[in-house]
Amino acid sequence: MNGPQRGGVAGTIRFSFDGKPLLARPGDTLAAALLANRIGLVARSFKYHRPRGIMAAGVEEPNALVTVGTSGRSEPNTRATDVFVYDGMVARSQNRWPNLSFDVGSVLGLAAKALPAGFYYKTFFGSAKRWMFYEWFIRRAAGLGDAPTAADPDRFSQRAVFYDVLVVGAGPAGLAAALAAAEAGERVILVEQDSVLAPSLVRDPQDLDPAWAEATAARIGELGGRILLRTTAAGYWDDNLITLSQRLAEPGEPPAGGIAQRLWHVRAKRVVLATGALERPLAFAHNDRPGVMLSQAVRTYVRRFGVVPGQRVIIATNNDDAYLTAAALRDAGAEVVAVLETRPAPAGASSGFTVHNDTMPLTTNGARHHLREVSARVDGKIVRWQADLLAMSGGFTPVVHLHMQAGGAALDWDDASQSFLPGAARQNVVSVGAAASVAPVGPTPPPENPAKAFIDFQNDVSLGDVDLAWAEGYRSVEHLKRYTTLGMATDQGKTSNMAALGRLAEKQGVAIPEAGLTTFRPPYTPVTMGLLAGRIERDAGAHLRRLALFDVHQARQPIWQPLGYWQRPRAYPQGAETLAEAALREGRSVRTAVGMTDVSTLAKFEVSGPDAVQQLELVCATTVGKLAVGRGRYTFMLREDGLVFDDGTVWRLAEDRYLLTSSTGGADRMAVHLSYVRQFLCPQFRVSVVNVQEHYAGIAVAGPTAKAVLAGLIGEEVPRHMSAVRASIAGIPVLVLAASYSGERAFEVYAEASLAEPVWNACEAEVTAQGGCLYGMEAMEFLRIEKGHLVVGGEIDGRLTPHDLALDKMLNKAGGYIGAAGLTRPALTAPGRRQLVGLEAIAGTIPEGAMLVTAPGQPADGHVTAAALRVLESGSIALGQLVDGFARHGEELIATSPTRNQSAAVRVVAPHFYDTAGERYRD
Amino acid sequence: MLLITCPHCGPRAQLEFVYERTVDSVVQPHTDPTEAMERLFTRANPRGLDDEIWRHTFGCRAWLVMTRHRTTHAIAAIRAAGPEALP
Repeated sequence: MNGPQRGGVAGTIRFSFDGKPLLARPGDTLAAALLANRIGLVARSFKYHRPRGIMAAGVEEPNALVTVGTSGRSEPNTRATDVFVYDGMVARSQNRWPNLSFDVGSVLGLAAKALPAGFYYKTFFGSAKRWMFYEWFIRRAAGLGDAPTAADPDRFSQRAVFYDVLVVGAGPAGLAAALAAAEAGERVILVEQDSVLAPSLVRDPQDLDPAWAEATAARIGELGGRILLRTTAAGYWDDNLITLSQRLAEPGEPPAGGIAQRLWHVRAKRVVLATGALERPLAFAHNDRPGVMLSQAVRTYVRRFGVVPGQRVIIATNNDDAYLTAAALRDAGAEVVAVLETRPAPAGASSGFTVHNDTMPLTTNGARHHLREVSARVDGKIVRWQADLLAMSGGFTPVVHLHMQAGGAALDWDDASQSFLPGAARQNVVSVGAAASVAPVGPTPPPENPAKAFIDFQNDVSLGDVDLAWAEGYRSVEHLKRYTTLGMATDQGKTSNMAALGRLAEKQGVAIPEAGLTTFRPPYTPVTMGLLAGRIERDAGAHLRRLALFDVHQARQPIWQPLGYWQRPRAYPQGAETLAEAALREGRSVRTAVGMTDVSTLAKFEVSGPDAVQQLELVCATTVGKLAVGRGRYTFMLREDGLVFDDGTVWRLAEDRYLLTSSTGGADRMAVHLSYVRQFLCPQFRVSVVNVQEHYAGIAVAGPTAKAVLAGLIGEEVPRHMSAVRASIAGIPVLVLAASYSGERAFEVYAEASLAEPVWNACEAEVTAQGGCLYGMEAMEFLRIEKGHLVVGGEIDGRLTPHDLALDKMLNKAGGYIGAAGLTRPALTAPGRRQLVGLEAIAGTIPEGAMLVTAPGQPADGHVTAAALRVLESGSIALGQLVDGFARHGEELIATSPTRNQSAAVRVVAPHFYDTAGERYRD
Repeated sequence: MLLITCPHCGPRAQLEFVYERTVDSVVQPHTDPTEAMERLFTRANPRGLDDEIWRHTFGCRAWLVMTRHRTTHAIAAIRAAGPEALP
């Protein structure tokens, strides 16, 4: 521990860096604690593995990226300057092997030779083989920290609020703006990314007493304003919406309240940006060595943290601010050896320091961990100074990121400060303080050796790389960025972009504002994935819908299968049965006796009103109007382009009341489609469409004895095929629809979901008494494939027309349905379209999802949409789509699945394997 | 994120809404096939104001017609869908 303010107060907080136990003081950033512990080398650079130390004191830090925390809480690529040390903190360096001090990637010099500017660009735009060759190398050599593999144990919360005024930045300007707004009676929220108010006043107490900040904040609080510390305004979006990222715990720290971070959505009438300015480095050879720091950062470490990062100091500057750093260092007992001033005399003459005008550092020398020597050309001669700290200042860049994200129409170039200032804004936002104006600077001479003069420290881009890009023909700033990766690191070029822009403008022979700017994109500083996910973590993003009869099924121990949002029983295995054995037993029961299954998830809509039939004849491509009351029919729906997107049944329950069913997976889409017609396309229709999908539970009873089962249950004559009756089972009113998906005589029984259990129990008792059993989705799949019935998402995949699916004979001849116009497109009737076929295995088992090829190695002619085993006989069958398939019955093909490494010889047949005449479900 | 004033619910965050399509892509029943395909597959896509169809899916579920500027995102007008909303 060192430094005047630091003396006397010992470190009390235990933390570790690369396994070494260390002590920090309350309020220390990790960077301050590392400097206090005389640790100079903290990171290896991204591409070249160059040794790097701490350069800045704020979020702009490009070098000191570390991983903080362990297991699921570990946060890679955390800036050491933007994390406050807590007891037990574990910090590790990144991008080095085997360790930070001895790094093979650096020692061998491999990276520097193999990764010149434009390397990624050339590799990505080169041949695929080139990428395949380099990928292994790139992924290991060029890296950041490792993402944690364990789940994050903490919670992340989100909050949405509305305010009159949002002030970003609690420096003097922000505090003053927030106080003025609060005193004018406005509701104010003030946010600060640091852990203290007005950190710049701690650095520069000569400007204003830091106690003023506390008093002002207290007054804002009394007036009802809200102040959030450790909160970054990360993104500025439309209509004055700003997203804030609030840290309730430091990276890797177990949060006291269980919540690690909170994402705020703030909608404000007016936004004040008091975001300050960032200091720029100077570009000279080896300016990236540990011990070379930004001048204001050095002052911050001395004054705020009581850490003096060096004892023999060289100052390099093009402006007046660095003299404050020189004074702070002198007051702290360090020796300021010389000030290298780019401006001509008399700049700096009255400072009392040894000032050399018209010069800047030539190069630096030192070891991996420390700076030893700085050289410069003074009066034409090279002079060398022993030094362990070089504090540099290349001027200041106002933080205009949020202004630009807000759709700032322009930035105004200020020649005196060589910086862009916020210009006109599209939204109600104003910038104040250093974000709106910064001090003037002198000239910044070009370095003598640009190759090692880094500007983008994080992505290892030097001025030499800018020159190379120019020499290779990259003229615009956007091309330069992509070619060199300048400004594309996690710091988004906060300290680098101006230097590059200056160099490019110089090459183009234009003024800097004419060289153009790249886009400022959110977030201002990196945010964690957990923050964005909020409470939508693990399974919370995918809703789970339970069947009304979930408990009934669970008691019978089914194998569950996900289907959209739903879980449905796949099979009900008995004893040691496998899935296929159980499914075949259940399927045989349906084919030979009776079976029952839960069909509650089918989409169901009640369509009623005088114009119900008109609505339905728009949505359905088949006729509907001809249905008699009490009758139903199969139907299907087209998109506007003429392709089939769903199918189902439609039932006329009363004169102007219909029930429409469609697929489970397409239920939400169908609800939107129906409301589109109802509200948008034909709002003049007198019709009501009610989604009753979950209002009714459905039970299908299928098999040769289904009729007897149902007659026993309802105590009256059962409806004939494709008819509907109202009845009651176990005293519960039910709607019975005689429809078959399995190919057997079958009935769907619908009851109000909350009353369905006794109905199910009555059906199950009767089915069991008749020698039947429950069946699940797997058996249903076998049965419907054998019968050649379609499934949405399988055969109906949104790419086939009614003709391709052999449904064209059912089209409404009168037209007028949605998709009728689309069907007239010539391409939909041209040869070469995929068409529905059946496939039977000549030998082997047809793999699910297989490609259909004429010979091994040939391109796919089609594919298997669903494969099954024959239920009563043995053999493997499938439905598929095949180019010109209708005309290819009898042809032999190979069904091959390279991913499963399975194939089978198949014969193309009609897509009906069972009861092709449809005699089994008629009376 | 836009602040969208639903004619039924008042100002609400964009995440309550779903964008569907542009009004010029709507195909009315019984439209001549050539014109229908023209509407379906060819968009005006102006650099400026355009009429868009949105749905207040996490609100009143109404279908809305919104006149919105394609570059500034400014919403010039918004109204509930109905026969009069179509050109």
